[in-house]
Amino acid sequence: MLKTRIMPTLLYKNLGLVKGVAFDSWRRVGGAMQSIKVYNMREVDELIFFDITATVDGRPPDFELIDDLADECFMPLTVGGGVRSVADVRHLLQVGADKVAINTAALQSPELVREAATLFGSQCVVVSIDARRVDDSRYEVWTHSGTVPTGRDPVEVAVRAAELGAGEILLTSIDRDGTMSGYDLALNLAVSEVVSVPVVGSGGAGSYEDMAQLLAQTQVSAVAAASIFHFTEQTPREAKLYLKERGYHVRL
Amino acid sequence: MSKVAIVDYGMCNLDSVARAVEENGGTPIVTDQAAEIERAVRIILPGVGAFPDAMRNIRLLALDEILREQVYGKRIPFLGICLGMQMLASLGREGGDTPGLGWLQAEVRRFEPTATDRRIPHIGWNEVHLVADSPLFNGIPSGTDFYFVHSYHVVPSGNNEVLGWTPYCGQFVSAIQQDHIFGVQFHPEKSQRAGFQVLRNFLLL
Repeated sequence: MLKTRIMPTLLYKNLGLVKGVAFDSWRRVGGAMQSIKVYNMREVDELIFFDITATVDGRPPDFELIDDLADECFMPLTVGGGVRSVADVRHLLQVGADKVAINTAALQSPELVREAATLFGSQCVVVSIDARRVDDSRYEVWTHSGTVPTGRDPVEVAVRAAELGAGEILLTSIDRDGTMSGYDLALNLAVSEVVSVPVVGSGGAGSYEDMAQLLAQTQVSAVAAASIFHFTEQTPREAKLYLKERGYHVRL
Repeated sequence: MSKVAIVDYGMCNLDSVARAVEENGGTPIVTDQAAEIERAVRIILPGVGAFPDAMRNIRLLALDEILREQVYGKRIPFLGICLGMQMLASLGREGGDTPGLGWLQAEVRRFEPTATDRRIPHIGWNEVHLVADSPLFNGIPSGTDFYFVHSYHVVPSGNNEVLGWTPYCGQFVSAIQQDHIFGVQFHPEKSQRAGFQVLRNFLLL
């Protein structure tokens, strides 16, 4: 049976890894290479690496950096941040990304998603969606690392992304990000029950129980988490032991 | 150290395969040159991308003939990974019908979603259940998890060459062997300990 993946997220800014709260108040959490080596040793299911200032600064991805990191990364690696063209996608795949995440550009130029999926296959095109809650029943997608509102609904954006050829949706709740107060279940449910590509739920994990809740109440295929692994003693492996005891299929 | 040609047909993630070969004691040479491929004692055909483009590139570079000569003529052990396994088939159904290398009587078809496995692509860790003994899986228990990321899979016309099955949308063939020709649908280079064991086994053949 296909296993539920537990995916640590690494956010990169100004030469190091950071973690914030609600896409703000960034704290340094160490070096990227060091983290990748640790996660290698711990045999995590998959890693997500985001350069969170590339798009905001108008920079392309740092291909040399990704090349160095990917050379030491013997687990699947999704890379995002600053991806604006088919050439960027190709270059990231060439230097060792297994999947490329497109966020801002997926909304500004959706054709990029289609072209990348046609050229490289859907399986390596991830559309990353950052959403904020508007009121009890509505969410809005934000781009540029959560700084620019789009007026678009995350479900509609996810459905469109899958139609264009995205092979996976990475869905992050900006409100819950870094709060360690639990995933936004309504948001994750709304998107995961509608699209037929895998959805990775992200934003808010503070405990293993939060992950179990997300799996119990939504249809996500994987759970992403950052703060819980940076700032607490909790580990991906223990998360999986916890989930296995509760009947979820994980790889140990 | 054994020279391992990693065939570069212009569309895939070759770096990870090269690094994993290196970590497991091989000397990787990423190349599209006949002379380099002819010097290698192992050939790996990796793969990310779409079947029709991959076949077109392979033919444009005349690599299909070089590979056939090395693998069938000189009997150099060969490993196809993911799309590289799919390309061994006689026919690909991705984006219309495209002939493959035709080393394996098989078609490459898209997954048909089922009620329990409704999400395509098949992404993540899943079991390989071995149904035949093979040096490629030496030291690897049946049912071990490997990393998959694909929407299409190989459907052989018979089961003689099947080494392993993986449960998804029913079940599909995740490893094949035809003498010294191997194919795996998963990514050994991303499958950590078990994946590295597969690569080591391939280098040790």
